[in-house]
Amino acid sequence: MNRLLEARGLCAFYGATQVLFGIDLSIDEGGITTLLGANGAGKTTTLRSLSGMCRTHGDIVFQGKSIAGRGTEDIVRLGIAHVPQGRGTFSRQTVEENLEIGAMTRRDRRAIATDIERVYAYFPRLKERHRQQAGTLSGGEQQMLAVGRAMMLRPKLMLLDEPSFGLAPLIVEELFGILRTLNRTEKVSMLLVEQNAALALDLADDAYLIETGRLVTTGPARQLRDDENIRRSYLGY
Amino acid sequence: MLLRRTGTREPPVATIAGMPLTTWRLTALGIGLVVLAVIPFVMKNFYIFQITLAIIYAIAILGLNLLTGFNGQFSLGHSAFYAIGAYTAAIMMDGFDIHYAWTLPAAAIVCFIFGFLFGLPALRLEGVYLALATFALAIAIPQMLKSSAVEHWTGGVQGITIIKPDAPFGLPLNSDQWLYLFTIIVAVVMYVCGDNLVKSRTGRALIAIRDHPIAASAMGIDVALYKSLTFGVSALYTGVAGALGAIAISFVAPDSFTFSLAIALFVGLVVGGTGSIPGTFFGGLFVLFVPNIAEQFSKGLAGAVYGIILLLVIYLMPTGAAGLVRLISSRLVQQGRAGG
Amino acid sequence: MELFAHQILAGLATGGIYACMALAVVMIYQAIDHLNFAQGEMAMFSTFIAWQLIQWGIPYWLAFGATIVISFAAGVVIERVVLRPVHDAPVLSHVVAFIALLAILNSAAGFIWDYTIKSFPSPFGGGAFLGQGLMSKHDAGMIGMTLAMLVLLYLFFRHTRIGLAMRAAAANPESARLAGIRVGWMTALGWGMAAAIGSVAGMLIAPVVFLEPNMMLSILLYGFAGAVVGGLTSPGGAVIGGFAVGIIENLAGTYIPVVGREMKLSIALCIIVAVLCVKPSGLFGRPVVTRV
Repeated sequence: MNRLLEARGLCAFYGATQVLFGIDLSIDEGGITTLLGANGAGKTTTLRSLSGMCRTHGDIVFQGKSIAGRGTEDIVRLGIAHVPQGRGTFSRQTVEENLEIGAMTRRDRRAIATDIERVYAYFPRLKERHRQQAGTLSGGEQQMLAVGRAMMLRPKLMLLDEPSFGLAPLIVEELFGILRTLNRTEKVSMLLVEQNAALALDLADDAYLIETGRLVTTGPARQLRDDENIRRSYLGY
Repeated sequence: MLLRRTGTREPPVATIAGMPLTTWRLTALGIGLVVLAVIPFVMKNFYIFQITLAIIYAIAILGLNLLTGFNGQFSLGHSAFYAIGAYTAAIMMDGFDIHYAWTLPAAAIVCFIFGFLFGLPALRLEGVYLALATFALAIAIPQMLKSSAVEHWTGGVQGITIIKPDAPFGLPLNSDQWLYLFTIIVAVVMYVCGDNLVKSRTGRALIAIRDHPIAASAMGIDVALYKSLTFGVSALYTGVAGALGAIAISFVAPDSFTFSLAIALFVGLVVGGTGSIPGTFFGGLFVLFVPNIAEQFSKGLAGAVYGIILLLVIYLMPTGAAGLVRLISSRLVQQGRAGG
Repeated sequence: MELFAHQILAGLATGGIYACMALAVVMIYQAIDHLNFAQGEMAMFSTFIAWQLIQWGIPYWLAFGATIVISFAAGVVIERVVLRPVHDAPVLSHVVAFIALLAILNSAAGFIWDYTIKSFPSPFGGGAFLGQGLMSKHDAGMIGMTLAMLVLLYLFFRHTRIGLAMRAAAANPESARLAGIRVGWMTALGWGMAAAIGSVAGMLIAPVVFLEPNMMLSILLYGFAGAVVGGLTSPGGAVIGGFAVGIIENLAGTYIPVVGREMKLSIALCIIVAVLCVKPSGLFGRPVVTRV
């Protein structure tokens, strides 16, 4: 399999405080990779570093091109869609406008229209509410809208920051089912950050485990799931 | 996990060149007071007068700082309270022959009431909306002072001329020197009170309201009362400064208290550093001297030069003079640690 | 009764000025989330540019168009050069930057064109439009232009992609950046548009109040009042608010004895404070809900 994204010795800083201390990470094309770790381990920061939202050292290569130090807008335009924590809803705009915003970097009007329909096919509930202000949606619907907005970019890689956060178990199940389908049929690679390790390991092919900004271990998701030691000490279930 | 063991339990004292930071602060304060005490005996009357004015502005800026820096409420209208203080003093001295020293507490009370009353409707306003309401106040005040309804008291456009007081008890000082010392005494009292206020329980409540009003009210702080009271106290400070200003200049007129005065005070606040009490002194000096410096560059373009200086100042010191001092001292502290 | 109707008409005429300015105020508020205190001076400076172009013999409408283009470009440049360096600084620093801008523009205009009052031509002519001395042709034209700008803005924001991108960038900059929108340029664009609208406002107002460097201070206050009455988030509300301020001002000047001519500015103060106390987000604004 081809490497889609590769980070070497990734360090990240908030002001003078260092948060990541040399993380090596690679994502295979077409796969789902998950990044696990406790609160404050640096998961979100890793995603933010990849999309150029904090000050970093180290090299990040996406499809053979170095993207380290580039602006967020430029990285996004290369095909990396970041679904942020808190969902990043444009709450005063309608659901449909939110999807249009997701496609703002594209020029092909007709394809955008069909893509909106495609998002609606995945998330029928969004179609029902397409003229509603996005801020009035429920948490689960807003998360679906966030994923839908990311799809509108036609990304090669989707960075998902705790999509299960604050959602009811049934909704989470539905959402993760859709993520799996997206990965299979749309060939979108994913890097998934999760606190719910069991859920993430079920979905992912590969897994990385980090603690206080350093890599602890990595391997196929199945292997981490079956490792009694890791499960007890880090994943807590 | 291993716990790193250090020699002492207490956090290391921040030092620069071997001296604790608090000692540095006290030294700076001491030097400042000595310099202030020497000024009237070594400088020309005109400069003494100018520094008197700068200190008066500093008191007014301190008032604004209590409101904006410590309580998070905007005001672009403090010229109004300055004007009310100034007119209170002038009317009392000119119309009723009251001794100038008595006008200060009177101005304080009048401005506190005005500020408190203005603070009540302002309670509902935040950020830009409050800035706007106070901005409107600043623009309206000169017109109200000119209005025929109050002309009998305010002297309309002409304003009021008052007599400059001489030194009491036969002290061997001219009136500029005496006014300077009088201002310094008032300023010291005001600063000590302000410093105590900020460090007290009340001060912590004010800061809590600034940083998170909802959480503050959840902790049982009466946000509405504290905010209006802060408005009152802030107006009180600025009003006392206004009264001092009227006595020092011995003249008041509506056009001395236009919107540009409100802007000057606001600029002094930001340039000195919001939330810093010593910073207000820098603000006062800036407000008084920088426009003069700008005028020396070019008469016609004085405003433009002033604007450019202002821009440079906020580029170089985005958190004001106080922020710059904090930054430099924390760098020096770190260097000291790295070296030691 | 006739007096009352007359005063309302006259109020509409002055209200047109305020509505125009209020629209520019709201525009920039949408783009940058701050009130720009230098907005009046920017409009004044633009108007001087137009005056200069007309002095050089350029036909009115050509000068009008050129001024809009120049103002737009200048607005973009001001954002890039003056405000970009402080975009991370606290709000108070922004306000100081606006004040600096105000001082620079005011002083530069006085230096270049001096402080004598200049008359500025009206494209609509000065004759009476309705009755004698109630609403001139220029007043009517100004109201028409303001409404036309409002419609154009509405179409731009609702029905163009760039308008949507601007709204997205203002509402949630971080999320907009993640959608690939160049947020910095959207802000600059907002400044450009606000400067352009301000220039139109200035050119329409100048024939009424005459051109000089300090012409805009009180008008800006009325513009703010109009914008606040209508709600800072609503361009349509701002225009209605502007007209309302004009009408209230005229009625108060006529019917409340003490007010008269000299206290009119204070009316704006009372309107602002009264509306803000009853409805802090304006009559047509959206209330802001804060999460704890």
